[in-house]
Amino acid sequence: MLIDFFRALREARVPVSIREFLTLLEALQRGVIIPSLDEFYYLARLTLVKDEAHFDKFDRVFGAWFRGVDAVFDEKADIPLDWLIKRFERELTPEQKAQLEKFGYDKLQQRLQELLKEQKERHAGGSKWIGTGGTSPFGHGGTNPEGIRIGGTSRNRSAVKVWEQRTFRDYDDERELGTRNLKVALRRLRRFARQGAADELALDDTIRATASNAGWLDIRMRPERKNRIKVVMLLDVGGSMDDHIERTEELFSAASSEFKNMEFYYFHNCVYDYLWKNNRRRHSERFETWDVLRKYPADTRVIFVGDATMSPYEVMAPGGSVEYNNEEAGAAWLARFVSAFPKFAWLNPEPEHLWQYRQSIALIRQIMNKRMFPITLEGLERAMRLLSK
Amino acid sequence: MHATPRFEGSDNYVATADLKLAVNAALTLGRPLLIKGEPGTGKTMLAEEVAAALNMPLLQWHVKSTTKAQQGLYEYDAVSRLRDSQLGDERVRDIQNYIVKGVLWQAFTAPEPTVLLIDEVDKADIEFPNDLLRELDRMEFYVYETREMVVAKHRPLVIITSNNEKELPDAFLRRCFFHYIQFPDRETMADIVGVHFPRLKQDLLAAALESFYALRDVPGIKKKPSTSEFLDWLKLLLAEDVPAEALRTENSAPPLHGALLKNEQDVALFDRLMAMARNRR
Repeated sequence: MLIDFFRALREARVPVSIREFLTLLEALQRGVIIPSLDEFYYLARLTLVKDEAHFDKFDRVFGAWFRGVDAVFDEKADIPLDWLIKRFERELTPEQKAQLEKFGYDKLQQRLQELLKEQKERHAGGSKWIGTGGTSPFGHGGTNPEGIRIGGTSRNRSAVKVWEQRTFRDYDDERELGTRNLKVALRRLRRFARQGAADELALDDTIRATASNAGWLDIRMRPERKNRIKVVMLLDVGGSMDDHIERTEELFSAASSEFKNMEFYYFHNCVYDYLWKNNRRRHSERFETWDVLRKYPADTRVIFVGDATMSPYEVMAPGGSVEYNNEEAGAAWLARFVSAFPKFAWLNPEPEHLWQYRQSIALIRQIMNKRMFPITLEGLERAMRLLSK
Repeated sequence: MHATPRFEGSDNYVATADLKLAVNAALTLGRPLLIKGEPGTGKTMLAEEVAAALNMPLLQWHVKSTTKAQQGLYEYDAVSRLRDSQLGDERVRDIQNYIVKGVLWQAFTAPEPTVLLIDEVDKADIEFPNDLLRELDRMEFYVYETREMVVAKHRPLVIITSNNEKELPDAFLRRCFFHYIQFPDRETMADIVGVHFPRLKQDLLAAALESFYALRDVPGIKKKPSTSEFLDWLKLLLAEDVPAEALRTENSAPPLHGALLKNEQDVALFDRLMAMARNRR
């Protein structure tokens, strides 16, 4: 029975290993807990989950597994998260699509507000209420061509405005497997230097100094050799990047274990006045881009990661951001980064041969002085070679 | 084997049920316990309290950015041996004289079980936890200089704290139990205060808790005040003899709020919010 629980955890992408599972069994055998569900829950969490970021997933699996206690652990009346389970998805024929009622943009927003007020519970299917998989213009996974997307991942990517406050997901480095190649590529970006306190015995120097000192011991010390490279990663998150989550996670996971001095920030589509570090708190905990620009020394390597796929207005026009009314165009902010940090590169998860068909990619490539590389091993190597110069 | 002692909290430390279970599981199975949580939620204090409650000696290893894993095992002082060899010191013939024992060695060879605190493991180099895998797993290590194997007589209770500044490697995590200390809710916080200030007046406590949690909920605060800051603040309130009414200020900062907000940007933000609230009247 517990083996199935273990498998359910693995399926929910909680990284548990056999070793941890055996530890749990050993703990049960040694009678660490009295047989009660509460204690078992704590013990299982203690042994199997090693990061508070996975607690939520663990709770859901645990709740689903031990049916009945479901209600205890399912504290969220959190509709958008629930929607992520797209079990109500269905495909519509083009004829049905044509039948769908079409609203104008303003009318869409207005109607969304009205519906949100009216609707109190979760809804799926149907053609009026906000929910998943339906033909109503609101919700996600739906097929109304002019719909407003609420939560979930976009399938048809024609939503006029992304309306999700909470379901943007952080790129966690769940993807430890398969990152080895990336790590090797990133390893090119190394700059060893001896800096700081002299705390290592320099043997060669000591011998030389002792010899020239007529055999009288003369000890020489030197600082230890360390990788001194500083990296700031700026990652695009949400919207069109949803299609590239896997590859970006791999890259992020590899980079965070490879570079000691690595900082990261998120942005959406293009860089504007604010960046953030945690997507769940992106509206309350944000960092002014000016501060980021000033904070790091000029030899910091800045790596943008994004598909640069957006409407050209988002790059060129003030007020073009999909998030809020930005005073200055995204291009101005990008140019600031480029001039503040001469060592920069843009990594693009889109395949290189598609770049020419997207106007915004061309624009950003121009701002980046053509320093745009695909996230492939080969592209990464080119980028790292450029950055390590 | 004699029965393993159990940790049931102590007079100075309020441990939640899951935390007690975590400590007891680590004690029974002899595995390291990794503790994470917001700063100021009593991660370091836990080791001290467990040691005191179980009557076990506490060994502490405070990790810094320059700390090497080897330093926890032992260090070979080659430089003083070289110097001594020039002076013709007799000690120089025995390499043992130049081996300095680290905390892990001390914990392994102690005559009784000990509590070993490895504090702020995330401050060190990324390789640091990996270098301790075998040592923490098998509780033994090899001394190359003297060709001797140091094996633990008793498996110490290893408590490791982390502030999440760096990711810890998976191989390391797999060998640990993991407990995340959540920020205490109101009732637990009242218990914690009761432990530290047994004679605090109820109305003052209620008012203080009220404004403390309100302050934590202010959006955009960079450094949220923690338990230890709340306790410091209470101490100040008591020392200044601030009455409970003075805390029920709707649109001005609570008295002595400097103890709670440690960042000048947070103070400025808070003042601005307060000014906005006043103007709205």
